[in-house]
Amino acid sequence: MLAAQQRPRLIDERGLRTDGRRPDELRPIRIELGVLKNADGSAIFEMGNTKVIAAVYGPKEMHPRHMALPDRTVLRVRYHMTPFSTDERKNPAPSRREIELSKVIREALESAILTELFPRATIDVFMEVLQADAGTRLVSLMAASMALADAGIPMRDLIAGVAVGKADGVLVLDLNEAEDMWGGADMPIAMMPSLNKVVLFQLNGTMTPEELRQALELAKKGIAEIYQLEKKAIKEKFVEVS
Amino acid sequence: MSVTSDRLQTIVSNVKKASILKALERGVRLDNRKPDEYRPLSITLGYAKKADGSALVKLGDTMVLAGTKLEMDEPFPDTPNQGNLMVNVELLPLAYETFEPGPPDENAIELARVVDRSLRDSKAVDLSKLVIIPGKKVWSLWVDVYVLDFAGNVMDASTIAAVAAIYNTKLPKVEVNGEEVKVLTERTDVTPLAYPVVTLTAAKIGNFVVIDPNLEEESIADAKLSISYTPDMRIVGIQKSLGGAMKLEEIPQIEEVTRKAASRLFSELKNTFGIA
Amino acid sequence: MAEGDFEIPWSPYIYRESNRYYASVVGVVDVKNGTFTVIPLKGSKYWPRVGDTVLGMVEEIELYGWTVDIRAPYPAYLPASSLLNRPVTAGEDLRRYLDVGDYIVAKVEVFDRTTNPILAVRGSDTGKVTDGTVVSISPSKASRLIGRNRSLLNTLVSMTGCHLMVYPNGMIHMRCPSSAQEEAIKGAISLIEIEQESHISDLTEKVRRFIASKLGEANVSSSAEA
Repeated sequence: MLAAQQRPRLIDERGLRTDGRRPDELRPIRIELGVLKNADGSAIFEMGNTKVIAAVYGPKEMHPRHMALPDRTVLRVRYHMTPFSTDERKNPAPSRREIELSKVIREALESAILTELFPRATIDVFMEVLQADAGTRLVSLMAASMALADAGIPMRDLIAGVAVGKADGVLVLDLNEAEDMWGGADMPIAMMPSLNKVVLFQLNGTMTPEELRQALELAKKGIAEIYQLEKKAIKEKFVEVS
Repeated sequence: MSVTSDRLQTIVSNVKKASILKALERGVRLDNRKPDEYRPLSITLGYAKKADGSALVKLGDTMVLAGTKLEMDEPFPDTPNQGNLMVNVELLPLAYETFEPGPPDENAIELARVVDRSLRDSKAVDLSKLVIIPGKKVWSLWVDVYVLDFAGNVMDASTIAAVAAIYNTKLPKVEVNGEEVKVLTERTDVTPLAYPVVTLTAAKIGNFVVIDPNLEEESIADAKLSISYTPDMRIVGIQKSLGGAMKLEEIPQIEEVTRKAASRLFSELKNTFGIA
Repeated sequence: MAEGDFEIPWSPYIYRESNRYYASVVGVVDVKNGTFTVIPLKGSKYWPRVGDTVLGMVEEIELYGWTVDIRAPYPAYLPASSLLNRPVTAGEDLRRYLDVGDYIVAKVEVFDRTTNPILAVRGSDTGKVTDGTVVSISPSKASRLIGRNRSLLNTLVSMTGCHLMVYPNGMIHMRCPSSAQEEAIKGAISLIEIEQESHISDLTEKVRRFIASKLGEANVSSSAEA
């Protein structure tokens, strides 16, 4: 059990964060496509110390047939954390959090995948968090998006997302674990950048309506940066930025 | 695993869909509400007599019953000066034709977690008020929200029900003798609720936005955005749901509408039901 | 990708929002005659098109036909009457004609949103595969092999003397004079599969060098076509 911790200072005198970043700086990103042989598409996506592997199977015929939908594809999406991904061992049984995040991620993918193209079929998307250091739902969603592109499944756009938070009252981009735990807000947001459309959006913590608008602007910038890296990774199968 | 499903199996006819959109073009909805109006609200406090606190809420046809139970517990080691809050939501098979019995599904879990976050992150439930002996004995506040009639926007109704039930809860009197705690039958007049919290859900239907969607509007909506507020208009929770996308610019626009509706809802809670 | 109002044949790789066209997969945009199409670069599934001739493997024997795996999101069905050219007699053992695991070349006759693809055996280029070897590559690579620029395909054929049939669903049927040529061509196909290269000419050169090294320049066939 974690002992009661002293709340650390999140922003120092120079305005830098606990990991030395400026408030509007992203963590290092690493993307690799086609990492699994059996899956129709796969990818590993890393942001800082958060690392997720995603695999896609399909589109394929849906079994059992009665669960198929006549006019679109059924997406089966599973977000799961490995027991060794966190500081304390995480029980492998699906937690309520994993169930909520599986739903939130599936809904984000529903906006992007052209599901009308494959009626009566199913696409399976599996994401495993290998290392958790804040931002796991977004890194998982992006890993899934890359895996879907690797599988050649038609989509409206790639998905890029980032979490904006409040550290000691300052809006910060791409939360790390300390900021997630001790900060005043955590706002994950993901978009289809070319279409300017939001596919995932949540907030926990508190923000004034004005802070919300500033946070959205900050997120938009971060997302644009990540999107460029994603496009590069697709062309080259692999991209790493520190 | 989360699976695309047509669990509601409400097929809104194309004719109905067209008339909903036509009405919205004229600025009304099929039940004669304006786009920013929520449905008639009724709250009956103390409805479940054996609960420590309870509230039966009707928002239009949607009906939700929330009850609280207090249990004496040890605090978690990393929060010795705080009580515990647990929120559970169940979508009962009673509530809709195609709901099956079983453990909470992803929809019930999402509802529970969003309501929990609204109460917790806003500090509307003051966990420090739940301490009996610091570090040794605290109250655990169990909030169970049961959806009895699923007729659209159970999210907002569930939040109101949880808040009202907690407001209706009065902590029991206790006698503390060193490490021993004796719980008396009398109640204090202390409630764990510091102030109310509300959630306003907006549904995007084509290019239109409506507050507090009813079942039909929810069935044809592209996306929903639920925003939670405290009485001093801090945003204490946001959850986008359904598998459609919304433009980035639409978010601040929707937030303006939900904020104004929240303000009206707080007034109604205070003036009509005394919840403040 | 484009903006305006175009008349383009429907493709799962292009979608339209108001007057803008977007590619839905990673691919190469092919512009010609004032119209455009997207050739996908990735993906292991074949999108069935009515009129295509494909090579598939029999998965299951049904009452009046066979279920055939053509590497599409949906399994295909071949009615026995199409192969036999006569109606099926009740209780007939269809395994005599086509068994599970057999390869069959057939035309995609019917495919729409309400039905799985239905195949037909019609014409001398269709029927059961009885000899040679079958290998597979991704359908996107296959369509580029049999696309406009045939230099790559011609190189494979002319340098090895193998008879080669490449089907749009990524199946390749080959008949080679000897095992050495078969190994060489299989290796070349693996090379094409892994290759990220989008310029066919560079790839053709790479393949040429590979086959030459495998067979030794002297043994490379002249362009006698079987």
